[in-house]
Amino acid sequence: MASAKQFGLALVQLAPRKGDLDANLRSVGQAFETLASGRGGLPDVIVFPEASLSGYFVEGGVRDVSLTANQAFRHLRRVAAAAAPKRSRFDVVLGFYERDAEGKLYNSALYATLGPDARLRHIHRKLFLPTYGVFDEERFVSRGRGVGVFETPHGRAAILICEDAVHSLSITVAALHGAQIIYIPSASPGRGMEGFEPANVGMWREITRVAAAEHGLFIAYAGLVGFEGGKGFTGSSRLVGPFGDLRVEAPFSGEAILRADVNLEDVAVARAALPALGDLEASLPELVPSLLNAPVQRRSGSAQKMRGSPMRKARANGERPKRAVVAGRNDGARTKRSAAARRSGAHAKKKAGKGR
Amino acid sequence: MSVAKFAIIEAAPLDDTPRIDPALTERWLIEFLRDELVRRRGVENAVVGVSGGVDSAVVAFLCARALGPAHVLGVRMPYKTSSIESLEHGALVIEATGIQDRIIDISDAVDGYLRNEPDASAQRRGNVMARTRMIALFDQSAKIDGLPIGTGNKTERMFGYFTWHGDDSPPINPIGDLFKTQVWALARHLGVPAPIIDKPATADLIRGQTDEEDLGITYALADKILNRLLMGYTVADIIAAGYESKDVELVKRRVDSTHWKRHLATTALLSTTAINEFYLRPVDY
Repeated sequence: MASAKQFGLALVQLAPRKGDLDANLRSVGQAFETLASGRGGLPDVIVFPEASLSGYFVEGGVRDVSLTANQAFRHLRRVAAAAAPKRSRFDVVLGFYERDAEGKLYNSALYATLGPDARLRHIHRKLFLPTYGVFDEERFVSRGRGVGVFETPHGRAAILICEDAVHSLSITVAALHGAQIIYIPSASPGRGMEGFEPANVGMWREITRVAAAEHGLFIAYAGLVGFEGGKGFTGSSRLVGPFGDLRVEAPFSGEAILRADVNLEDVAVARAALPALGDLEASLPELVPSLLNAPVQRRSGSAQKMRGSPMRKARANGERPKRAVVAGRNDGARTKRSAAARRSGAHAKKKAGKGR
Repeated sequence: MSVAKFAIIEAAPLDDTPRIDPALTERWLIEFLRDELVRRRGVENAVVGVSGGVDSAVVAFLCARALGPAHVLGVRMPYKTSSIESLEHGALVIEATGIQDRIIDISDAVDGYLRNEPDASAQRRGNVMARTRMIALFDQSAKIDGLPIGTGNKTERMFGYFTWHGDDSPPINPIGDLFKTQVWALARHLGVPAPIIDKPATADLIRGQTDEEDLGITYALADKILNRLLMGYTVADIIAAGYESKDVELVKRRVDSTHWKRHLATTALLSTTAINEFYLRPVDY
């Protein structure tokens, strides 16, 4: 076991079987077994991709495959008890389709500690639901609200799911709330075959490297693989260090497990070398009014400024976001939203064609 | 004369030709075939209608590499008016890939039906041939516990240049998102015999027929225009970019008149549970 600032990390990229919970839990268990029996044994944190328990494209089947966070947690505890050595304690980040107590559906990821003192520490519900091109998420699941930063036995962390992290602002919010590592469970269908790798692989590499360097934090990205109805996911799981340095990266296809050691001291060193986050904090009072005065296309379709909003007032007064330390066991229902998120409520016939 | 202070570096003009990296595309499509056939469906055998053209040649090469040649049946299905060259080029594909070979002459089946339809137009006759081939492919698949693999490319799919529920019917298609010019690039990379790549593309339903004469535009030009159109540019945008209006309008007209061919049957919606309208499940669910 590493010191408080050092821990072992594993990123698992897997190809789920569509809608087959038992098979997918077996895959999770096989990952635990593989890690436990390998050199170094079980790491401290194991990260699985988005929608690991069902596959990503489920359309109207999302209700069928959804689980409450507690159900997912209980499944993981059972799998860990069967697959991991007794008394082993480790943390898991895992993406799944979530059903809350009211029946609302989300694309979520949990952070849980398994083994002795098992607890569900955090649920993140995907904020940015891609609904364009090959994606149709917002038709089938609800938006999450806010980015929560939470304490773990291995530093302060945030979870962003796939598209959440395409928006650099999400990462900035997490960093401002004190995140040292961001876990990104992802499912990115391969497209753009003009180069030596699918174009989205390069895009994600750049996004994660730039974001890690800008904010001086670790980014642990776990990607789904396998084809679903012709759409192939591009794995490329990777750990990026806080200097923007690519520590390890998996191929874009094929199931694989990456292992790496994380030293959170690197965060302080990187932020001293490139104090971009500190500079941002210093300049926020000037930036925030401009941000809040940007014309925002509201859902009604009318552009309006956020002048006078509670969020703007709070920010303009120079209030700093309070760190949201999130803990909860009950499907995220007890999850505290960040102060900023609470204040903002943020989410704010044709001629017959010729046969030939 | 003074030395220039600044070196001027100009961006290359944009080229609308749709590109692929053939090695990446080969790898991707081989994994696609293995995943969709073997992993998801537990099917280890594939059937490819080998026409002697470049599309089916590319699919035969991909299937042979994905599944092994012993697991791929190449079926040549000549009609009595089909060109000898098509049959010979099909043989080149069989030989180069090492896949299993079968010739099924569809003349009797086609003529058996058409005997009662003596006035059938060339188009109707061509459609009967394409649909007869579809019957043969599915039946041969059932015979070897396999699945037929589609060979339609993106250009002909966008133009509706195929027989609905004929050559578009196989459940798995590795090249349906590749423009014709990209298929040619992939064919060169895969080692498809040169005579197959270099000859004018033809459906070979009528003697002397070529695709480009049928379509009224070359594939090279059509693919550039289609590429822009599919990216979201308007006809006016594309003409403004330097293309001739007659070509752009031809492409647009062909695409717009064939949307229906890229869908299953139009079903009257009566309930709140209509299939594929309200009841939505992905193909692999």
